[in-house]
Amino acid sequence: MLAHIGQKVAQTFAVLLIVSFASFALLKLAPGDPVVLMLGSEFSQETYDDMRAQLGLDQPFLAQYVQWLGDFVTGHWGTSYVGRADIYTYVVHEALPVTLTLTAASIFLALLIGVPLGVISAVRKDGVLDTVVAAGALTLTAFPSFFLGILLIWFLAVRFGLFPVMGFVPPWQDFAAGMWHLALPALTLSTFFIGMIVRVTRAAMIEVMEQPYIASARARGEPQWRVVWVHGMRNIMMPLVTTVGLQLGGILQGAVLTETVFSLPGLGQMLTNAVLGREYVLVQAGVMLTALMFIFVNLLVDLSYPFLDPRLRTR
Amino acid sequence: MNDILLDVRDLTLDRGEKRILDRVSLTLAKGETLALVGESGAGKSTIAIALMGLLGRSATTSGTARFDDQPDLLSLSERGWAALRGRKLAMVFQDAGAALNPSFTVGRQLASVLRRQLGLSKFEARSRAVALMESVGINDAEGRMTAYPHQLSGGMQQRVMVAIALACNPDLLFADEPTSALDVTIQAQIIRLILEQTRARGASCIFVLHDLALASQSCDRIVVLYAGQVMEAGPTEVVLRDPRHPYTRLLQSCVIEIGTEDLTPPEGSVPPYDQMPAGCRFSTRCPRADARCAAERPPLQPVAGRDLACWHPEDAA
Amino acid sequence: MAVIDVPRKRGTSHGIFRRRPFFTLACLVVLFFIACAAFASWIAPYDPLAQSIDAMMQPPGGDHLLGTDSYGQDILSRIIHGARYALLIGLGSVLLGATGGLILGVAAGLSKGWVEWVLVRIIDAILALPSLILAVAFIALLGQGVDKVTLAVGLSMIGPFSRTVRSDVLQVKSQLFVEAAGLMAIPRLHIIRRHILPNIIFPLCVQVTVRVSEAVLVSASLSFLGIGVTPPTPDWGLMISEGRGFVSFAPWMSGMPGLALAALLIALAIMGDGIREEYDPKLRQGR
Repeated sequence: MLAHIGQKVAQTFAVLLIVSFASFALLKLAPGDPVVLMLGSEFSQETYDDMRAQLGLDQPFLAQYVQWLGDFVTGHWGTSYVGRADIYTYVVHEALPVTLTLTAASIFLALLIGVPLGVISAVRKDGVLDTVVAAGALTLTAFPSFFLGILLIWFLAVRFGLFPVMGFVPPWQDFAAGMWHLALPALTLSTFFIGMIVRVTRAAMIEVMEQPYIASARARGEPQWRVVWVHGMRNIMMPLVTTVGLQLGGILQGAVLTETVFSLPGLGQMLTNAVLGREYVLVQAGVMLTALMFIFVNLLVDLSYPFLDPRLRTR
Repeated sequence: MNDILLDVRDLTLDRGEKRILDRVSLTLAKGETLALVGESGAGKSTIAIALMGLLGRSATTSGTARFDDQPDLLSLSERGWAALRGRKLAMVFQDAGAALNPSFTVGRQLASVLRRQLGLSKFEARSRAVALMESVGINDAEGRMTAYPHQLSGGMQQRVMVAIALACNPDLLFADEPTSALDVTIQAQIIRLILEQTRARGASCIFVLHDLALASQSCDRIVVLYAGQVMEAGPTEVVLRDPRHPYTRLLQSCVIEIGTEDLTPPEGSVPPYDQMPAGCRFSTRCPRADARCAAERPPLQPVAGRDLACWHPEDAA
Repeated sequence: MAVIDVPRKRGTSHGIFRRRPFFTLACLVVLFFIACAAFASWIAPYDPLAQSIDAMMQPPGGDHLLGTDSYGQDILSRIIHGARYALLIGLGSVLLGATGGLILGVAAGLSKGWVEWVLVRIIDAILALPSLILAVAFIALLGQGVDKVTLAVGLSMIGPFSRTVRSDVLQVKSQLFVEAAGLMAIPRLHIIRRHILPNIIFPLCVQVTVRVSEAVLVSASLSFLGIGVTPPTPDWGLMISEGRGFVSFAPWMSGMPGLALAALLIALAIMGDGIREEYDPKLRQGR
């Protein structure tokens, strides 16, 4: 058990190191000379060399990497060329909360809608509802989310004025307004994940319902709802949690698009603007944060297994 | 007879084109112990599952099964079943390790039956559960309450299963090969436990077995099944001392000759269920069979103290 | 077991269309888009780049079947030509990703010790980034354009491909015949060519068809974000993005290319699903 955790943490660290190294390499490979960018158009060779030394660019590659990694871990992410003062403050305190809110809301929504649908279609396997849900799930998974977002804006926001077209209100400042602004983006982002959750839940539930302990629960006189929602549900937690972890990448990638559609000032918008403005430090920050979130959540998922399945505890 | 608890008449079960059970009839008196024996795949477990109302939607049944004051189990609604299962009818499953929910402690699974079925409070259910666990021979019942099924040995798991099944003092207990997943040394203990506990409660019990020796030791009456048809049925010592059906003879001889516990006669095999003869299904392997056997089903008739379905019964031994 | 028995190819391949009506329909839709892409210049009623001040933002119907955009360009013609870009970028990048994944996956699958450990961590590291984010990072380095998008999307798909290739290689490797060949000291390249490749190429092809839709989606997403293909290329993602500002009074500008993209993606998904269910040995064995 402890050995397993240790091994998992070591692997995670190695992956983090590789990701950080690649992110650093991205900055190095980026076209354009950062020194020239810092100094502007006119400077002497001397000023250039001074600036180069000041930025640490005269150091060997690995030393630069170590220096950069240390700065990154301590939150010294540098300053943006254009406008924004401190990148760390902007990214972590402004952009990240928006993306996290949107992502969390979408996962919640997807589980809220997807799990019951998946369970019901598993219980009524091969019925009319099951066929409709299966077809719907496949369509939702494949439907381009950004186009769906535009459709929702057109119908619900522009045509009927039910929701705001764009913008973000932090729910921790004004919960009602925050939710109101979040509704369409969260719905847009969650659709593909709803489809995914429905399919995973259905498959897992069908497998569980064939297990002897389900027949045994019935034989004890447990009513149908308890058989499904207590005895069955408890045993599909692992595939469900695994799916949330593995699909987090897909959700974050969808968040980039959704934020653009609804003009939410999150990581996605930051990333797009960074590419257009050639601000490689911001691109790098976006890449690092996405990978960090994915790796961290999946480590949590992995460590949660013993809590979800008692059989994994004593091993 | 008034003390008949279960009376099954012409129970027929189809899965698509396949007729799994073919007009099975059997009766069971109150407090009686009955063994269903036959090769694996003969439909023994299916009878138990059908009488517990646990068949999937892929199966269709006909016939009747009168149970106590219920005129017909087979036509019960899901709500009607819910009132019977656990309370009047209970079942011990083949592999307790798989039949206990791996995600809940055994104590919780036992207590939840008591709370739901008998309306006990949380505290009452707990103390009652501990007492039940002790009564089925679990040491340190208090401590074992918080154990998950996988933390118990196979024998312990099956004891918990028995405790759960008998928690509400059912009138009829199905024991579906309750020992097949266990070590030989523990098998006898579990069988004895089930017999003791059902007798103490005055309950009837239907054992599904593939072991003739076990059946002869433990059951009042025996029903020999072949491919979903009843071949011979009667008091255990009558049937086993002097079997009249060629199939019962074959079963007995292969136990003696090979000495295995598994009832798989050496020669011939059961034809696929969608290619069964219209008459006696054993006719394809029977040394005494003729054209009539394959075409016409012999009725189950009283012969020499037992019921027999055969056109050409063996002579008295 | 799953590796040796080569999935049934003949026999069922005729039946699959009859047994799966939705699959057949999806294949027809995909074929239709392929035909559009192949014969775009003949089918399209207008030049996709011809702008017209007289015909700006005309609603569908009349001279322009699907309307015109804010430059007066015919949307139908742009969609037909757009199919060419969608499929070309999608297919090109998937093949690129599959090739990269094949190399990395085989290397990770055949190596031992710390080399294997490092290679597997590298695959994990690639997989820690969703393909769109990776593609964005590559675009940041490479710049915009059709070829750059293809390259960026292709590189971003190496991760998932290498993971499946590696697991396939491991499965083949555990097979006795490879172990026996290893014992007899046959050159490694020979083993790869004779034993490993034939057994992993078919599952890889299944993967390719399943992942085409992902590649199409990611490339369209890049264009939608405004960092993929540059205007005035008739790319669907770009068209959807351009029409976004006009949604309240000219919804067809985004709507028409959006519907085309959705139709292609859903058709590809159904097709991929069908092919996977039919030919994926892992899926057929119940995981």
